[in-house]
Amino acid sequence: MSGHTAPSLLLNDEQKMLSKTAHEFIRERAPAARIRAFRDSNDEVGFSRDLWNEMAELGWLGLQIPEEYDGLGLGFFDLCVVLEQSGRELMPEPFVSTLLLGTQTLLLGGTEAQKKALLPDIAAGETLITLGYDEPGSYGDPSKVAAVARKSADGFELSGEKIQVLDGHLADRIIVSAATSDTGYTLFMVDPAHAGVTITRQSRIDGLNAAIVRLDGVSVQHDDIVGELDAGATLLEAVFDRAAVGLSAQMLGASEQAFADTIEYIKEREQFGVPIGSFQALQHRAVSVYTEIALTRSVILAASRAIDEAPDDVPRLASLAKAMGSETFMHAAKEAIQMHGGIGVTDEHDIGFYMKRAQATYMTFGKPSQHRQRWAELHGY
Amino acid sequence: MSELEAFRAEARGWIRENAPKSLWGTSGSGPFEGYWGGSKCEETNPDLLRWRDLGVEKSWTAPSWPKEYGGGGLSRQQEDIIHEEMKAIGVPRPVAGQGLAMFGPVLLKYGNDAQRARHLPGIARGEVRWCQGYSEPNAGSDLANLQLKAERDGDEFVLNGQKVWTSHANLSDWIYCLTRTDPNAPKKQMGISVILADLNTPGITVRRIDLISGYSPFCETFFDNVRVPADQLVGTENEGWTIAKAILGHERSSIGRSIARQPGSAQREVVARARKHLGLDEGAIPDPLLRDEVASLGMLEEAFHLTLARIQQSAESGTPGPEGSITKIVGTELKQRRFELGMKVAGTQGLGWEGPGFDEDDLQYTRDWLRSRASTIEGGSSEIQKNIVSKRVLGLPEGKK
Repeated sequence: MSGHTAPSLLLNDEQKMLSKTAHEFIRERAPAARIRAFRDSNDEVGFSRDLWNEMAELGWLGLQIPEEYDGLGLGFFDLCVVLEQSGRELMPEPFVSTLLLGTQTLLLGGTEAQKKALLPDIAAGETLITLGYDEPGSYGDPSKVAAVARKSADGFELSGEKIQVLDGHLADRIIVSAATSDTGYTLFMVDPAHAGVTITRQSRIDGLNAAIVRLDGVSVQHDDIVGELDAGATLLEAVFDRAAVGLSAQMLGASEQAFADTIEYIKEREQFGVPIGSFQALQHRAVSVYTEIALTRSVILAASRAIDEAPDDVPRLASLAKAMGSETFMHAAKEAIQMHGGIGVTDEHDIGFYMKRAQATYMTFGKPSQHRQRWAELHGY
Repeated sequence: MSELEAFRAEARGWIRENAPKSLWGTSGSGPFEGYWGGSKCEETNPDLLRWRDLGVEKSWTAPSWPKEYGGGGLSRQQEDIIHEEMKAIGVPRPVAGQGLAMFGPVLLKYGNDAQRARHLPGIARGEVRWCQGYSEPNAGSDLANLQLKAERDGDEFVLNGQKVWTSHANLSDWIYCLTRTDPNAPKKQMGISVILADLNTPGITVRRIDLISGYSPFCETFFDNVRVPADQLVGTENEGWTIAKAILGHERSSIGRSIARQPGSAQREVVARARKHLGLDEGAIPDPLLRDEVASLGMLEEAFHLTLARIQQSAESGTPGPEGSITKIVGTELKQRRFELGMKVAGTQGLGWEGPGFDEDDLQYTRDWLRSRASTIEGGSSEIQKNIVSKRVLGLPEGKK
């Protein structure tokens, strides 16, 4: 905390109700076992369009989108309430691509025309939008941009390759970074239906959907620039902060569910004639996970609150949330598998999906060590 | 402005007007910092004494105790506000210590009117200092195994045995003791009673214990046929374990909170020591692995403070969550990691015990580092805390210890 008074870290009555409704809906309609079903059926979509539309009708997709663009005009804090619940069951629906990367880029850098054209359809569940920044060899570092935008008669021509573009296989719009000068890059809005765009679906361990997006001289106009020319880095840093906090809220939910399932399991599972949860070796490790989750909850509440109310605090709190959220989820997932014993490493049991997602989220939007380094820089050491 | 906001404005005004300027910024304002009082007190700082007198006169040494017992008759929320306002400018509470923080609240809840009238006003005025007689050589984590015998003999109890870790017994006037009044009770938690004793009673001997850090506040206290009046029993005979648990619960939360210094201070302290001993390389700690560890510490510190704030906010909103149980575990871990890192960045300059070649700050820091090893042991070890969370919060079945 930078001052003496902490931000409010509690949910108000409406937010508690939202959390409860989302929890029940997701538990009933979107259990984690779906990840296996989508995988085994080679589902072309990889998530449920129907469910996405239902959530649009419930208002969840437009929670944070301003009312003038047909959203509910609530805060990022409210969005995180739903994200946390979506994380509990590892939902593969396009929350990260569309609501975090795409929507936040539009809100922070989009022109009025871009916002008018896209945000209402995003809130309605009709448009999916994502952002491509990872490239072969860039190791997930968004500042390493090999893709280029060459000036053309009436705009730019984009060439390059983006990998692991979340929901790139279905997105209606893909925002990509491309170098526009020796020192700077720019974000461009690309319609994947345009000539020169090739989409190749990828298969990952964690059940999220991703694609390689190849750009071969794709023509875009000046109007397709998102944010300022050559200033993509600044915009992307702000987008990543929000995306990191939103993803951390999902990780928190996933940590809690993996932990709750584990506690339930060790209360039931008997060896040596007693529940294995009566063994102190497991109890103390369970308390460590519980403790980490409690600490992580506080920092994610603070970080999401800061996005709405204290923008100056966002970079450090976002790094805090992502670093702790990642470590906690990884720890919770590893302990969940260990405490489940043999069944925990079988494909038949869902707990393994938590481990896979933990690894994926750990590596997304900055590893914990990168965020600790940034934290150190922000604190002057 | 709400009533509490108005009270806060009043408290802030009074404290800033009256607290001696020399005391500003000298305290984290926990319940165990500052003037401890008692008949053996040798405090000579005139500003501390004046601040005590002003606090006593205002009845703000024990703000939420009833007025008839020397308190201020205020609500718990008002008491919190007074303490927050003292903390905000770093002045200590006018009177600190066990009597106010631990024993007084217990006597208010479990004592009788005569006991409250006899003991509380002296505590509130800082005239009588109390210490705690809990642990024994064979009753540490297994506290209920305590054996200090208290046998009824007419209107008196006769005490025989030994207490250990009796903090500041050498500077205290009275001790509140857990004693064994029924050695034949079917469970060891039964047959325990809380008995008060004047430390001047014949048969009591106090001996100081030196720790790995050197001087310590801890003592051993021996009881050899010590006779105390029977009316110094608190609560019901043989049912003292309930009271003991209440005090321990209180101790846990107050240790967790008392470790919470200013947010960010642990990180600042370690960075300052890194700057002093290692120098900074263009502003950064030159060793990237150390920098990573310091950032981890800073993050844990921030998470701890945010969690304390969240616990307080949910308590204020009337629905306290179970997170309070983890504050001692996390707070003590944070403290140890802070000292470990502070020692790491000091290198061999952290190895001094006394004398030439080492500066005062480093010598003290090394002592504090050694002292910090006790924090995960005293007041219920981290392992005992984890047992409690496991059983009460996670609902895991009890097993063999």
